[in-house]
Amino acid sequence: MFQVRIHGRGGQGVVTAAELLSVAAFRDGRHAQAFPSFGSERTGAPVVSFCRIDDKEIRLREPILEPDCVIVQDATLLKSVDVFQGLKLDGYLLVNTNKTLADLHLDKLVAKLPAGHARIVAATEIALRHVRRPVPNAALLGAFAGLTQLVSLDHVAEAIREKFPGQVGEANVIAAKSAYDALRIEQVAA
Amino acid sequence: MLKQIEGSRAMAEAIALARPEVICAYPITPQTHIVEGLGEMVRTGALTNCEFINVESEFAALSVAIGASAAGARAYTATASQGLLYMAEAVYNASGLGLPIVMTLGNRAIGAPINIWNDHSDAMSMRDAGWVQLFAETNQEAADLHIQAFRLAEQLSMPVMVCVDGFILTHAVERTDIPPQADVDAFLPPYEPVQVLDPKEPISIGAMVGPNAFTEVRYLQHHKQNQALELIPRLAAEFRQRFGRQSGGLLRTYRAEDAELLVVAMGSVNGTIKDVIDEMRASGARVGLVTLVTFRPLPIAALRNVLGSVPHIVVLEKSLAVGMGGPLANDLDSALRNLVAAPHIHSAVAGLGGRPITKASLHRLFRAALDGGWEGTHFLDLNEAIVEGEISRMREKRRSGPTAESILRQLARKSGPAAAVSGSQL
Repeated sequence: MFQVRIHGRGGQGVVTAAELLSVAAFRDGRHAQAFPSFGSERTGAPVVSFCRIDDKEIRLREPILEPDCVIVQDATLLKSVDVFQGLKLDGYLLVNTNKTLADLHLDKLVAKLPAGHARIVAATEIALRHVRRPVPNAALLGAFAGLTQLVSLDHVAEAIREKFPGQVGEANVIAAKSAYDALRIEQVAA
Repeated sequence: MLKQIEGSRAMAEAIALARPEVICAYPITPQTHIVEGLGEMVRTGALTNCEFINVESEFAALSVAIGASAAGARAYTATASQGLLYMAEAVYNASGLGLPIVMTLGNRAIGAPINIWNDHSDAMSMRDAGWVQLFAETNQEAADLHIQAFRLAEQLSMPVMVCVDGFILTHAVERTDIPPQADVDAFLPPYEPVQVLDPKEPISIGAMVGPNAFTEVRYLQHHKQNQALELIPRLAAEFRQRFGRQSGGLLRTYRAEDAELLVVAMGSVNGTIKDVIDEMRASGARVGLVTLVTFRPLPIAALRNVLGSVPHIVVLEKSLAVGMGGPLANDLDSALRNLVAAPHIHSAVAGLGGRPITKASLHRLFRAALDGGWEGTHFLDLNEAIVEGEISRMREKRRSGPTAESILRQLARKSGPAAAVSGSQL
């Protein structure tokens, strides 16, 4: 089982991101379970969502305590929330930022993870460019697909189109592809 | 058709397949997405021949459902928590009048203190109200139970409550099979009322009944509920034959063979328990599970059959009868009454107000039961330091202030920098 925990703020599509990821995994033929944590669904408040992916039925209903991947949609959370809690030593980290991991003082953490497992993506910038709104979730899902190869980019795109038919969906698909490509190119370069 | 959808959406689609004719809706978290989904289907024409009525309160929601049902319509509503309490009088009226209304309960705690998260306090508050109460383990079962619920309700002419864990199921997105309309139509024929208000053949429903007949009316209500104990397994078997999966029934066992300890639980926590049982079985512990689907009527004979000869039982429940303990444990105790070698029942209250029930905590709990267990009610993961601090604080002075606010202040003081983590984690 692969477990993803997404941290962001209310209004950034944190809950939708987990849902879309589960739909992409479902379209890949896998079992997936997405669920939000609740209570602070106000715009700007810290929000967490979860997604489990497996090849068999997922029965577990506890929150994700030891994620295989942490996605940080808003780097300002790093100061107030322990977003890395329980992250596995062979896990992945994806942070939405236009700074470097060193700028965010994450060097020590990054050193503990396997090389290339901790990555940044300027998802908000990508979203502003393509979607014209600061909603980083679709770009981060594209980056997630690029980083982990756990879900196919095609199915991420289908999940986005299904949720957001029309122009909004297409713009988000372009954002996801752009982030995916950025990450793949970096990986090849590395 | 297999879909990856939110639990509330899956239930809304299943309810629509049951062709309800009147839906009364009043929003309350966490059931709101269900009636929103149904409202949208009525608006777009995906669900036809259905009147969607926005009412002014939960009391009105069920009262309108009572009127609609008495007039011969297939009626549905949904609520949760305080909403169920607000409609309490109508809850008893619906069952007392024998009206086959189906209601979803998105299980949520009851205040004060106000809490929107999941537990089973709301369902327990109406456990003696004369409704059938079914508990769903997964979103698939939640969807399927609604289709079975209309058939069950209408065949026996009594109301059915489908209890679904708020957020944990209602807001979880997972794979759910939504059956074809033709199959549901074949399983669920149109509503044929036992009693109906019809201007052409006037009758009255809701007579005042005095001491000379009230006991008999109640006895017959009890008798009818017990008939459900035979019908529910039959419907589940028929459902399985037609739809190819096990949903509903009175109870299910999981790895119960030669068990030294059987856990009894209701709702979505059964999934987590199964994972724990697999892990414990792998290390040689003889642990199994009884998933109670039908809570009312309580399937006493079936419970005695599966639990009667096991040495230890852990009853894990998301509710507390204040001043008594776990209501389900109490029911189990009464179900197993007067057995020659009755099992030891260990009662555990867990998951109140949405506290996560983790595998780690369940491992400890089940291990403790195998090591001899405990007497009285165990509160899983109770923060004893907080509780003791609050008890001593309250002892100090009379005007000690509200407990809930005090505990929140204590917790805020303690949550400084993130706690150190160990082992394989960062």
